[in-house]
Amino acid sequence: MELMGIERDRVHMSWVSSAEATKFIDVVTQVTEAVRALGPNTRFVKPQAKVA
Amino acid sequence: MLGYTEKMREIAGRLLSECSVEMVIGFRQGTMPMMNEPCFVTREEDVSSLIWDSNCGINLANYLTNRKEKIAVFAKGCDSRNIVNHIVENKIGRDQLHIVGVPCTGMIDKRRIAGLVEGEILEVSETDTTVKVKTAAAESLFDKAEVLQQNCALCVHRNPVIHDEMVADPVEEQTDIDRYADIRKIEEMDAADKWQFFEDLLSPCIRCYACRNACPLCYCPTCFVDESKPQWVGKGQDPIDVRTFHFLRAYHCAGRCTDCGACQRACPVGIDMRLLTRKLEKDCQEQFGWEAGLSLEQRPALDVYQPNDPGAFIK
Repeated sequence: MELMGIERDRVHMSWVSSAEATKFIDVVTQVTEAVRALGPNTRFVKPQAKVA
Repeated sequence: MLGYTEKMREIAGRLLSECSVEMVIGFRQGTMPMMNEPCFVTREEDVSSLIWDSNCGINLANYLTNRKEKIAVFAKGCDSRNIVNHIVENKIGRDQLHIVGVPCTGMIDKRRIAGLVEGEILEVSETDTTVKVKTAAAESLFDKAEVLQQNCALCVHRNPVIHDEMVADPVEEQTDIDRYADIRKIEEMDAADKWQFFEDLLSPCIRCYACRNACPLCYCPTCFVDESKPQWVGKGQDPIDVRTFHFLRAYHCAGRCTDCGACQRACPVGIDMRLLTRKLEKDCQEQFGWEAGLSLEQRPALDVYQPNDPGAFIK
């Protein structure tokens, strides 16, 4: 994805166990912050036909 | 490589006459210059159609998938690595094959030659180091090293890695080759430039799937692009669909691609999709120390877990 031109911070990978609630919160916060900093994604988006 | 033809006919004739194989896969003269085509010989009297020169770039491992009979196949360095892949992936048994190794000094790039001369090419002949191209208007002579396919110029496995017999003595392997200079250049670009680079690279694609059909790795009974339930990817020429096809196909070849160049050679519009497969090859080499198709014993990089597999991307 990075080679293609998708910013590094847009795609995240993490292992979180169902018992790791705090880690889950941390990960979600970090991901949202990183993606928000990048702004909306314009690449690799296929416009859908508008249906009335 | 020019003296190979006679030896090949002799080997093929011998194997067929003693019935040790049912079919020999090699090359015959194509209908156009620089377009040799695969040839399947089953009768001893037909071995004279076999030839060998620097236009045998098609990967013959592609014709071994799921075959049941005993086959002799002529294999260049890259073909032999793909045959190893096929055996490791259970697409054919080692005992079904009689591999005739062909030491290779590279195949010539028909597209580059067509760009270097004017008018229709009528005849192409070669010596060990030169290539002579005849058009209606003129005759030009090129250094073979200058008109090699890029993957052949960068090749470090010219000799077959697996063989039952050889057509000739091994050729000298190329050393000190920087295989990934162009890949590093792309990696250094920023995200917007990368996006634009592949936009330009893939824009001529007509989705003919010649690259996929020429590839010995692409043997799925139904390719993901042909499937319609579910339809993973759009079938038209929408740039996003084209990109999805090329990147995903490259991923399916990760850790398996031997950079034989069949895809690029088959492409009617001249897209260098090897930039994608070579990036994955580079990653496999750097992160797992893995090169595809070199050994029957080792499991492929993406097939095994090792405690020291790089995992820094997992947070």
